[in-house]
Amino acid sequence: MKITLKVWRQKNKQDAGHFETYQLDNVSPDMSFLEMFDVLNEKLISEGKEPVAFDHDCREGICGMCSMYINGRPHGPLRGVTTCQLHMRSFKDGDTIVVEPWRSTAFPVIKDLTVDRSAFDRIIQAGGYISVNTGSARDANNILVPKENADKAFLAAACIGCGACVAACKNASAMLFVAAKVSQFALLPQGQIERKQRVLNMVKKMDEEGFGNCTNTGACEAECPKGISLENIARMNREYICAALTSEK
Amino acid sequence: MATSPKLDAKIPEGPLQEKWTRYRSTVPLVNPANKRNLEIIVVGTGLAGASAAASLAELGYKVKAFCFQDSARRAHSIAAQGGINAAKNYQNDGDSVYRLFYDTIKGGDYRAREANVYRLAEVSANIIDQCVAQGVPFAREYGGYLSNRSFGGTQVQRTFYAAGQTGQQLLLGAYSALMRQVALGQVQMFARHEMLNIVLIDGKARGIIARNLITGELERHFGHAVILASGGYGNVFYLSTNAMGSNATAIWKAHKKGAFFGNPCFTQIHPTCIPVSGDHQSKLTLMSESLRNDGRIWVPKKLEDAKAIREGRLNPNDIKEEDRDYYLERRYPAFGNLVPRDVASRAAKERCDAGYGVNATGEAVFLDFAYNLKYKYGMMEANRLGIKNPTEQQLKELGRPIVEEKYGNLFDMYKQITGVDPYENPMMIYPAVHYTMGGLWVDYNLMTTVPGLYALGEANFSDHGANRLGASALMQGLADGYFIIPYTIGAYLSNEIRTKPISTNHEAFVQAENEVKDQINRLMSIKGKHTVDHFHKRLGKIMWNKCGMSRNAKGLQEAIQEIRSLREEFWKDVKVPGTDKEFNPELEKAGRVADFLELAELMCIDALHRNESCGGHFREEYQTEDGEALRDDANFSYVAAWEFKELGNWELHKEELKFENIKVAQRSYK
Ligand SMILES: Cc1cc2nc3c(=O)[nH]c(=O)nc-3n(C[C@H](O)[C@H](O)[C@H](O)COP(=O)(O)OP(=O)(O)OC[C@H]3O[C@@H](n4cnc5c(N)ncnc54)[C@H](O)[C@@H]3O)c2cc1C
Ligand code: SF4
Ligand code: FES
Repeated sequence: MKITLKVWRQKNKQDAGHFETYQLDNVSPDMSFLEMFDVLNEKLISEGKEPVAFDHDCREGICGMCSMYINGRPHGPLRGVTTCQLHMRSFKDGDTIVVEPWRSTAFPVIKDLTVDRSAFDRIIQAGGYISVNTGSARDANNILVPKENADKAFLAAACIGCGACVAACKNASAMLFVAAKVSQFALLPQGQIERKQRVLNMVKKMDEEGFGNCTNTGACEAECPKGISLENIARMNREYICAALTSEK
Repeated sequence: MATSPKLDAKIPEGPLQEKWTRYRSTVPLVNPANKRNLEIIVVGTGLAGASAAASLAELGYKVKAFCFQDSARRAHSIAAQGGINAAKNYQNDGDSVYRLFYDTIKGGDYRAREANVYRLAEVSANIIDQCVAQGVPFAREYGGYLSNRSFGGTQVQRTFYAAGQTGQQLLLGAYSALMRQVALGQVQMFARHEMLNIVLIDGKARGIIARNLITGELERHFGHAVILASGGYGNVFYLSTNAMGSNATAIWKAHKKGAFFGNPCFTQIHPTCIPVSGDHQSKLTLMSESLRNDGRIWVPKKLEDAKAIREGRLNPNDIKEEDRDYYLERRYPAFGNLVPRDVASRAAKERCDAGYGVNATGEAVFLDFAYNLKYKYGMMEANRLGIKNPTEQQLKELGRPIVEEKYGNLFDMYKQITGVDPYENPMMIYPAVHYTMGGLWVDYNLMTTVPGLYALGEANFSDHGANRLGASALMQGLADGYFIIPYTIGAYLSNEIRTKPISTNHEAFVQAENEVKDQINRLMSIKGKHTVDHFHKRLGKIMWNKCGMSRNAKGLQEAIQEIRSLREEFWKDVKVPGTDKEFNPELEKAGRVADFLELAELMCIDALHRNESCGGHFREEYQTEDGEALRDDANFSYVAAWEFKELGNWELHKEELKFENIKVAQRSYK
C-alpha cells in the first residue's frame, strides 16, 4: 500500500507546531498503525531527520499509553480499538491520513504526538481508591458481591486511562474517565464507606485540572476504546448530587 | 557441591512450615518515629514495585517511586491476562499451601529454593484478600463468591481472574494504593524517569541516577535502601510478548556494580502466542494460557493435510476428527492441554519441525475452541434450558455467549490482529518469548549481593526455578511487594536508623552521574549508519536461533562470538538522532539495547555452562529417549550466580539447592 501521512510536529510545549507530509510506499496491510510509524521513523532517521515522538508501550490495547488522533478521531476509525491495535488493513491504498496529538489544555503537548496526561493521576490521587492498608483485609469470600454488580464494576474498571474521551469531547471533559472509577467503587460493597467523599473530591479535582463540562453529546462513549458506557456518567451524576446534598462538610 | 561463601541465602532455621512465621516474629523492627527518617527508592511501579512502594509508605517510610512510562498505572504488569494463583482451596478440590509449593517447585523443574517458594505459597491467600478489599473486581459466581479457573501444571482450580484482564485489575489496585500514598505525601512519584545507574557508598546501595525523560536532565536521588522492581528482560530477543519498553537496564547497571545475576539463561517461551506475520513485526501478542482450559491444541495427522492447509487449499474445519493429532493429549494424557509451558512449547516446535505446521511459514499449530464451545458450554446451556437433542447449530449458538463472557476480549484481540474470526475458525498459535525466570540473585530477604539493594518481582531470580507456572508471576510480584519486603527490609534498616541522609554532592553520586553522562555522550557522538532497532533485531535473531527454545553447545559458542562482534559494530555504527537534552525516545532505546548486548552474552555463557536440560532450558545434547528434558541433579542442582568482573568476563558462584521437603523426581505430566 501507498500511504500519505500528515503528521503534527511540535518540538516542545512552547513550540507552535505544524503539519509535515510524508510518503510511505511499502505499507503492508498486516502492519499495525504504530508499526507503520516505526517504518516511518526508521526512514526519517536514515535520512538524517528527526523521528516522530509518540507514546506507546504494551501495543496490546491495555496500557493506555498510545494516543493518536487519526483523521479527526481519537484512536482512529474503528470502534473499541486503540491506536496500537489498529491495523493498516483498515485503510486503503493511496489514502492520506492526518495524525495529531490529543488536544486539550489539560493535556499539554510534550513533543509531536506525545502529551502530558498526569492530570489523570492527580484525579485518582484525589479519591480513586479504597483506603485499606496492606494486611488489614479479611478473608476475600467474606465480602460477597452479586455477580451482576461485580460484572458491571469490572466493565467500568476496564478503563485504560488513555484520555481518548477527553480528546473526543468538544469541551475536553474528563467525565467518562472519572465516572468509570467512581462507578466501579459505587457498585461494590468495599466502596461504600468513602462513597460520598470520593465523588466530591474527584469531581473537584477534575474541575481544578482544567477539564471542561459535560454537555451530554456522547462523543466520549463513541470513541472510548474500552466501551466505557455513558451509564457511568449518569451514575456519577446521581452519586454527586446525593453526596452534595447530604455531605456534612 | 558446596555453596559459594559469597552466597548466603539467609534461610531461617526450623521446619519449612515455621520458617516464615518465626522469621516475622523475630525480625528486628524499626519504630514508627525512625521510619519517618528513612528513605527508600523504588524503581518500577508494576505489581511488585507499586505494591512495595504503597506498603512501605503505609508503614511510614519515605518513598520515592520511579517509572519510565507517563503514569505508574502503565507498567507492563497491566498486560497480564489470565490470572493469579492462590492456595485458597475455595473449590474444595484438594488445594493447600503445600500443594501450591509442590506444584511450583516441580513446575520449575527443581531449580528453585524451597524456603522462598513455601513462603510464596503461604502468603498467596493474603494477596487475594488484600486485592478484594481494594475493590479489584475479580470474576464471581452467581452466589457472589469468587470464581476460579485452572492453569497449566496443576490439577486444581486455584486461579483467580478478572476476565482476560487480571493484570490490569491487580495493577490498578496497587496503583490506587500508591496514588493514595502520593496524596498523603508519603510517596514522591517520578513518572517519565529512567534509572540509569546505582550509587554505592561504602559498599552499600545509597541512591540512583535517573534521567528525566522529558527534559533529558540527569538527577541524583538518595535512599537508605534501593529496591529494583524493574521487570523482566525478555526483550533481549527483540520479539517477545513484553511491552516495548521492558528492559534490563536497571538490573544490568546494578549487576555491573556488584549484584550477582542468577540463572540468566532461564527464559520462558510461552506456547500460545499469535505467530509472526512479517518483518515489520514489533512485538508478539500472547493468547492467555487460560485459553488452554477450553481450547484444544492440534495439528493434522497427515503431512499432506498440513501442506494443503499451508497452501490455503484446505479449510481446517473440514479435517475429520480422526485425522487430527491432539498431540498434547496424546503425549501427556494426565495433564493434556494443561502441561507446563516449556513442555507445551517444545511439543509445538517438535510437530512443526516435523512438517505439520499450519501457516504459510510452517510455524503454527491450532488452538481450537469448537469442541468445548459446542459440547461443553453448548450442552450445558441446552441442559439448563431443557432442550432435548440439540442440533450442532443450536449447540454453537448456545455455547458462544459463554465463551464470549470467558474469553471475549482475547478473541476480539485475536481477530483484530489476524483478521480471522476465532469463533468460526481455530486460532493459530506458536511459542514466543514471554518471561525471564532469571534475574538478580537475592537471598531470603530479597536482598541482592549488594547490601541495601533489593530486587522484587520478575527482576529477581527467585521463585520459579527453570520454568514458571502460569498465574504465578502476578502472585510473586504482589507477594514480594505487599507481604515480604515490608518485613524483610526492617532487618536491614533497623541498623540504619543512625544514618543521616547523604548529600547528593557526595563524590559517589558525582562519579555515578559521570558514568551515565559518558555513556550518553558516546551514544550521541557515534552518528553511525544504522538505527537502534536495526541492531536490536539482529541481536534478537541470534538469541532466538541459538539461545531460544532449544540450545546446543556449538550454537551457543557461535552466538557468543556473534554477540561480541555485533556489540562492537553497535558502538561504531549506531545512529541516535536529536540531542540528549530533550525528550528523545531513540536515545532511551539505544541505552537499553546497549545493555541487552551485554546481557545476551551472559545468557549464552550460562546456557553453555549448564550441561543439562531443565524447564525452559533445553539443551539438545541432554534429552530422554522420548525427547523430554534430562536433568542432571548430581552436577547441576544449583543456582548459577554470576559475578561481573569486566565485560566478557564473569565468575560463577553456586548456591546449592537442597530439597528436604520434596522428593526430587523426573518431572512427569504423563
Ligand atoms: C502478555 C503477558 C501476559 C501475562 N499474563 C500473566 C498472567 O496471567 N499471570 C501471571 O501471573 N503472569 C502473567 N504475566 C507475567 C507478569 O505479567 C509479569 O511477570 C509481571 O507483571 C512483572 O511484574 P513486575 O512488577 O516485576 O514488573 P513490570 O510490571 O514489568 O514493571 C516494571 C516497572 O519498572 C519500571 N522500570 C523498568 N526499568 C526502569 C528504569 N530503568 N527506570 C525506571 N523505571 C524502570 C517500569 O516503568 C515499570 O513500572 C504476563 C506477561 C505478559 C507479557
Ligand atoms: S473512559 Fe475510555 S476513552 Fe476515557 S480514558 Fe478510559 S478507556 Fe480511555
Ligand atoms: S500501546 Fe498500550 S494501549 Fe496502545
